[in-house]
Amino acid sequence: MTVSTRPAPGPPRTFQFPRFERSDLPNGLRIIVAPVRKLPVVTVLAVVDAGAVADSPGREGLAQLTAEALREGTANRDGIQILEGFERLGSSLEAGADWDSTVVSMTLLRDKLMTGLSLMAEVLTSPSFPEREIERLKAERLAERAQILAEPRGLADESFSRFLYAEGSRYREPMAGTAASVSAITRADVSTFFGSRYKPDAVTMIIVGDVGAEGAAKLVSTALGGWEGRTAEVAVTLVQEARHARALEIIAKDDAAQAELRLGHLGIPRSHPDYFPVVVMNALLGGLFSSRINLNLRERHGYTYGASSYFDWRRGAGPFVIATAVQSEVSAAAVSETLKEIEGMRQEEVSTEELSLATNYLEGVFPIRYETTSAIASALANLVIFDLPEDFYDTYRENIHAVDPSDVLQAARAHVFPERLQIVAVGDPAVVKEPLEKLELGELSVHAATEA
Amino acid sequence: MRMTRWVTLPIHLSQFMPMRIPIETFRLENGLFVTLSEDRTAPIVAVNLWYHVGSANERIGRTGFAHLFEHMLFQGSEHVGSNEHFELIQRAGGTLNGSTWLERTNYYETVPSNQLALALWLEADRMGSLLPAMTQEKLDTQRDVVKNERRWSIDNQPYGTWLERLSALTFPESHPFHHSLIGSMEDLSAASLEDVKLFFGSYYTPDNAVLSIAGDFDPTEARALVEKYFGGIPQGRGKPPLPDMSVPMTFGQPSRQVVDDDVALPRLYLAFRSPVFGSDDYYTASVASAILGMRRGSRLHRSLVRERQIAADATAFTFDLAKASDLLVIDVIARPETSAEKLEEEVGREVDNLVRNGVRGEEVERAVALIDTEIVTALQSASERADRLSMFATYFGDPEILNQQPERYRAVTAKAVNEFAESKLGRDNRVTLLFVPKVETSDTAKTSDPLAA
Repeated sequence: MTVSTRPAPGPPRTFQFPRFERSDLPNGLRIIVAPVRKLPVVTVLAVVDAGAVADSPGREGLAQLTAEALREGTANRDGIQILEGFERLGSSLEAGADWDSTVVSMTLLRDKLMTGLSLMAEVLTSPSFPEREIERLKAERLAERAQILAEPRGLADESFSRFLYAEGSRYREPMAGTAASVSAITRADVSTFFGSRYKPDAVTMIIVGDVGAEGAAKLVSTALGGWEGRTAEVAVTLVQEARHARALEIIAKDDAAQAELRLGHLGIPRSHPDYFPVVVMNALLGGLFSSRINLNLRERHGYTYGASSYFDWRRGAGPFVIATAVQSEVSAAAVSETLKEIEGMRQEEVSTEELSLATNYLEGVFPIRYETTSAIASALANLVIFDLPEDFYDTYRENIHAVDPSDVLQAARAHVFPERLQIVAVGDPAVVKEPLEKLELGELSVHAATEA
Repeated sequence: MRMTRWVTLPIHLSQFMPMRIPIETFRLENGLFVTLSEDRTAPIVAVNLWYHVGSANERIGRTGFAHLFEHMLFQGSEHVGSNEHFELIQRAGGTLNGSTWLERTNYYETVPSNQLALALWLEADRMGSLLPAMTQEKLDTQRDVVKNERRWSIDNQPYGTWLERLSALTFPESHPFHHSLIGSMEDLSAASLEDVKLFFGSYYTPDNAVLSIAGDFDPTEARALVEKYFGGIPQGRGKPPLPDMSVPMTFGQPSRQVVDDDVALPRLYLAFRSPVFGSDDYYTASVASAILGMRRGSRLHRSLVRERQIAADATAFTFDLAKASDLLVIDVIARPETSAEKLEEEVGREVDNLVRNGVRGEEVERAVALIDTEIVTALQSASERADRLSMFATYFGDPEILNQQPERYRAVTAKAVNEFAESKLGRDNRVTLLFVPKVETSDTAKTSDPLAA
């Protein structure tokens, strides 16, 4: 016997995003500390204003390579000593570039913080960039390139960006560069990039976990207060759409077991005032399991294991993408069902019942998103990277709650354009081409997966 | 109810005092084992159910059924509509999913703490009355979804078949761990509603499950809710026993499979039979695996990736199987200029070197320090806490083992690792699975990066 009555929720308990304190050092370095005293663990993030958008043309991947090369040696230690230094503390120093920033981070037990932080400071301020290690990192990157291109998902994502953005747009090339651009990078490029970008006024240190605000800030000041210098002028990268007309591109993978599909177009920058309506609209369109696109393609038709949509939030206009992988035979059907859902979103207002699926989810899931020190630190990093208001997380749920059906409709009409979709299919042309052509959605071309 | 609460330890003690999370257990009359772990730091609560059934329990001709069945559990039950489980939890502001493994299947949700009753009710409804909601149409749709999951995660992925192949290579043909977890397309096609009914009756019973609740709740209230929703579900009539699963401690002689595949780089999986999950020797094996392949300072990474530069990446891990024999697996990807043969030879040499010369104390310390941080970091999440409680309760009937993890790892010595290496990492205990890029014809040869302008 089971109980047939569905239980009602109890009274909600309030939740506040962790309090954080900011302080600045005289050298321009900024500090954010959020004491979270649940377990004896601390996450430290150095957010450096040196993202992949700062890569110079033909040297795409430079920001990423520089981030990785930081760990390979300093004035006092070689790469092995640095590696051992962190791992003996039970931690690893992670370093990587995103589009808009480089993040160097570690999570460690609280009593290891002081030692870890001074080692991290050494790496950030005095890397030696040994030639041999840079060449090794480049070779590892080339191996990764080969892997990505043999992998349908990676190939679909990268091909999509290429059809989306015009030549000269940094977003057109992979974040970590191509084989050609990585091969072209020299030690001098790395050293110059570091010398112009890694300065205290371009760095925010974020410390989250079992620490006191004042004590942690003091530790940062001791470790990095003596760092000197100013960043040079920041170059602006161009974001330009390759074309407006809808088109289909097939990347040939003969005998592929499935077709990887990407449909989308240029989205909007993170700073766009429609951010909240767009987040809610996207959740309903393809952001949630119970979204229109996933329910249609997966639960109604069984075409796929999953389908989702997202706006890739960057300082510039990142892509809006619908991504799925379907049985090759139903590629065309999946595309036309997806188009129907997009049209539907633009045609009429969602019911308040449907709207509440997204708003209740986004409001309710908020505390679950910030359970760990690293999740809280990443959220604080977004404040820095996107220059969000200080109360962004405190007002997030009200802002979601304020979105109404007309806002959703307006967001769909203003930011989703069925006639501009770039449709990319990585799959077997013998199976997918003809049915896709018959949809008569636009010009269709077939590309080899291996064009030079 | 008296419970230990989270405490913030003064700095000078944290190194020496083991971290403990509060654990309380009880069993309902129908056999459902329940673990509670209270933590009031955030208004969220994780509900986690482990059913002690996995692909090992599948019958011949029904490979993949345990996993297909997991999908059916999201298709509604007597008082819950099709897909409503997902919708109700997401509407409540929660996250949820399920997963299937060789030995178990789990279902979990994290919800705002005022929605605990909803999560428990949903889990109870499908445990107690799934069958009225099952239809042929739902089964057919989920069969298609799972077939697409197979295409996506295995057939259309470079190296995607590794788990299937390694299971088949490391366990004898009739062994419950031998066959494919996701199943063959043929067996998936054959699954019927009758199978759903039988599987449900045999395995989805309260006495074959563990329920864990971690996070913000009042233990008395939580217990009352569990009794209210799960108490009326009848006990099972016992599940079909698994056949004798014991296997020799080592493979005896090396075996090897080479796969010509649509991959860019050679990749080697080297497997060793290893002590079962939870045994004293397991912790030693786990530390040995970390010494070999956990993070960039591990032996394989340092030697093959960093110093000699023949590999692009190198890791090692254990499967954590609690029955028969566990597997310790080394996973190394070659650099483009390294041949598969060379890769295999050099990895073998590194392992031989460890067997012959042993490990240093610092290597053990490095591994244990990394594992220690990983455990504490993972336990920040209510969902992780609940899942690990369910795991230890399901396999060993004792969730307190979770609190013993750091001590058990810290007890591992270099001497123990060396003894383990000598008895388990030798040439008589190796299975090799080697992926090799298919030889290309000249017109399709991948000689350059297509995305290079």
